[in-house]
Amino acid sequence: MKELRLMKGNEALAEAAIRAGADAYFGYPITPQSEVIEYLMRENPADRTGMQVLQAESEVAAINMVYGAAGCGKRAMTSSSSPGISLKMEGISYIAGAELPCVVVNVVRAGPGLGTIQPSQSDYFQAVKGGGHGDYKLIVLAPATVQESVDYVKLAFELAFKYRNPVMILSDGIIGQMMEKVELFEQMPRSTEEYEWATLGKKPGKDSVIVTSLQLQSEEQEKVNLRLQAKYREVEKNEVRFETYACEDAEYLFAAFGSCARITRKALDMARAKGIKVGIIRPQTLYPFPVDEINRLAGQVKGILTVEMNAGQMVEDVRLAVNGKTPVEFYGRFGGMIPTPDEILKALEQKIIGG
Amino acid sequence: MARKGDVVINIERCKGCEICLSACPNEVLALSSEVNSKGYHYAIKVNSECIGCANCAVVCPDAVITVYREKAVKK
Amino acid sequence: MAESNIISPENLVYEKTSVMTDRILHYCPGCGHGTAHRMLAEAIDELGIQGDTIGVAPVGCSVLAYYYFDVDMQEAAHGRAPAVATGIKRMLPERYVFTYQGDGDLAAIGTAETIHACNRGENILIVFINNGIYGMTGGQMAPTTLPGMKTSTSPRGRDVATMGNPLKITELVAELPGTYFVTRQSVHAPANARKAKRAMKKALEYQKLKKGTCFIEIVSNCPSGWKMTPAQSNKWMEENMFPFYPLGDIKVPEQ
Repeated sequence: MKELRLMKGNEALAEAAIRAGADAYFGYPITPQSEVIEYLMRENPADRTGMQVLQAESEVAAINMVYGAAGCGKRAMTSSSSPGISLKMEGISYIAGAELPCVVVNVVRAGPGLGTIQPSQSDYFQAVKGGGHGDYKLIVLAPATVQESVDYVKLAFELAFKYRNPVMILSDGIIGQMMEKVELFEQMPRSTEEYEWATLGKKPGKDSVIVTSLQLQSEEQEKVNLRLQAKYREVEKNEVRFETYACEDAEYLFAAFGSCARITRKALDMARAKGIKVGIIRPQTLYPFPVDEINRLAGQVKGILTVEMNAGQMVEDVRLAVNGKTPVEFYGRFGGMIPTPDEILKALEQKIIGG
Repeated sequence: MARKGDVVINIERCKGCEICLSACPNEVLALSSEVNSKGYHYAIKVNSECIGCANCAVVCPDAVITVYREKAVKK
Repeated sequence: MAESNIISPENLVYEKTSVMTDRILHYCPGCGHGTAHRMLAEAIDELGIQGDTIGVAPVGCSVLAYYYFDVDMQEAAHGRAPAVATGIKRMLPERYVFTYQGDGDLAAIGTAETIHACNRGENILIVFINNGIYGMTGGQMAPTTLPGMKTSTSPRGRDVATMGNPLKITELVAELPGTYFVTRQSVHAPANARKAKRAMKKALEYQKLKKGTCFIEIVSNCPSGWKMTPAQSNKWMEENMFPFYPLGDIKVPEQ
């Protein structure tokens, strides 16, 4: 039964994991996402669905527990925040290399280093460009609401298993910590499927299953890479998701994702009230990136302002998508600071309209 | 008298490490002067004193030795 | 010598277990890895649990262990095998799960994963091959390298004042309440190898009891890394490694 609740982003996401039929969660506390594991421990999903929850000794151990569980074909998830995600990057690279499905949530805080616990979007590059070593991609979902945090957990597991690839939910401290009304989807059964690529115990007459990211022969390793690249092209073809608003008559365009897109929407309303015809595109998948739609809109508008809570990361992908068709400028706050709608409107007027 | 045994050595897999030599109680094994296709001097039998104890096979890192032993003779 | 009439199926007393594949092992001549693999494979074979066993390979010389064990296996990142095994065992609690790790993997980069898996009492078997050196990367100092022992990163011998002391991690994990059976064995001589196999068999059987982690250290050789012949390396091991890493049970289940 669908259910309406007022929930904190992190807790809603944890509840969604249980309802999505997750088999396991392995985590390690870090602000601002500790509520995920706290909620799960409190909720004790072992009783509800049989889902296993374990607090690991480190983020490194947690992601490797995910690897082990995913290697058995199970729906495994972990979550952390920026410094912890850096630690997980080794394991994420191995998971991508071994072509295992899993869900990793990053409730981003500001860096570099220990940085601050305040919200940020400064892990965009890490999320969409790979993050760990080697040529690999994560599918990256960027929720802007608590509702999307919930819905994307379900979607993330679907995509992870569809492509046998790690999926990252790139949230941030705002979405993780704020409370909103959320509609929870119905409890889904845990999967009983036994995948042929999963280590479940050697079947008589069948070859043993090996889960590995190692191919010592370059010719073989190149084949692995080619297979991965072919998969990423499929992902780019099938899984681009974005939301546009007020673009029909737009002369200018905002590009923003996640919580920052909500603030930018407010700036859009203020601009429209002043008669400035501006629209917004909000990528919901950061990888695959909505290249075609941004390119199409670039042919329509006089300029694009990318707004981010970082020093300018997604703006590089926007420029690549625009490919010189129209000027692309950037406005951002960082270090845990959040831009105000006033600042964004001013940046639009100065950098794009007046520029 | 001890029961008689015998060994079969997969000489192509042998790396000539000699671990089996010291494990044999009856000095049945030695290294050949010939080499296998990998260039290793391989283990060979040099006498008929094998008792089928399997010590050589147990310690062979490459599992190249198969061991046989005649059944106890019924009196 | 001519083949005798003793060689017939009914007289077969020892052949390679089918729990090991037919692949030629990549290990150097005389390396203990092959024997340690086989003892574990024989234990699995004798217990009849090939289809119920899942192994985790490390990074190190035995990184390709999954080519030799004919059981389902996962390859872990360096040092992370106990965490990977935890993930597997938590998902499949009725399966037999083992890790096979070297000294660098288990006692240096993976110390945290080792200690915490043991401290949680994960119902897994950890097989720890200690030869006091990094074999795969070409003979560098390991956490278990003996004082004064020469390696490519301790070319004048391990100086404990600057390089630290060898880590007796097996004694350490034996102290943890989560471990159920902790023993140190070797596979260099027939009696030792047979004993090691019995320990492995026991450890796998204990997994059914769900009473904690079983931990088996195999003190082993590295002829290439130690720059000795296999026979010399085994002798050196007996004279130098065993006094520092004495063989025998360290923690046995209370009867």
